[in-house]
Amino acid sequence: MKVSVQTEDFDLGLEVLDIQQDNRIGAVASFVGQVRDVPMTLEHYPGMTENAINKIVEEARSRWKILDFTVIHRYGDLQPNDQIVLVAIASSHRADAFAACQFIMDYLKTEAPFWKKEHHPDGARWVNALEADDKAAERWRGLKQQRLLKP
Amino acid sequence: MKVKVLFFANLREQLGTGVEEVDLPDSASTVAGLRMQLMRRGGAWQDVLADMKVVRVAVNQDMAAANAPLNPGDEVAFFPPVTGG
Repeated sequence: MKVSVQTEDFDLGLEVLDIQQDNRIGAVASFVGQVRDVPMTLEHYPGMTENAINKIVEEARSRWKILDFTVIHRYGDLQPNDQIVLVAIASSHRADAFAACQFIMDYLKTEAPFWKKEHHPDGARWVNALEADDKAAERWRGLKQQRLLKP
Repeated sequence: MKVKVLFFANLREQLGTGVEEVDLPDSASTVAGLRMQLMRRGGAWQDVLADMKVVRVAVNQDMAAANAPLNPGDEVAFFPPVTGG
C-alpha cells in the first residue's frame, strides 16, 4: 500500500513484485504513463498532491476489493520516453483490478494537482486541461449513482 | 487576519510569485473576498484572477468552492485545471 510522489524513476517489475505477495491475490493490473515526443517539466503542490491521491485511492477501495496497491507519480524534468506515472492494483479477481486501475488513472488526471509544461523548439508552454479527461472521470460518477440506486 | 496564499503553474509565472502572506479584513474572510482583494492590485492580478472558469482554488490542500469561508492561518492555493497523469 504505497503512494509516492517523487523525481526518481521506477521499475514496474519490482513494484508489481512488491504487491503480489498475498496468496489471496489472483490478479494484478498496472498502468504506466510515459512522455511522448516533447520534453516537459511537471510541477505539483507538495502536500496536497499526496492528500489528493490518497483520497482517490480510498474512493477506489470503497468501490472495489483491492488487496494491495502502488501509485507513483513523478515530477520535475522529464524527457521523451521517460515514465511519468504508475498505478498497480492487486485483487482477487481481474475485474476489480482492471476497474480500480482505470478509475484511479481517470481521477489522477482531473483531481491530483500536477501541471505539465512542455518544452517545444519554439518555446515552453503549459498544457491545457482536456475536456475528454473531465468526461473520463465524470462517467464514474454516473456508475456510482447507478450502484446506489441498485444496491 | 492573515492567510498564506500559494500560486502554481502559469498563475505563479504570470503573477511573479509563488507564495505570500495576505492580511485580509474579517469582513472579506472568504475565498471570494481574498480573490477580490488580490484583483484590486490591478495589472496581471486583475487579468489572471478574473476568469474563475480557468482558476481552481484549494483551502488547506482540499479543493474549495469560490465562496468557501477562510480562517486565520489558512493555506489558500490558486491554480489552473490540473494536467498530470
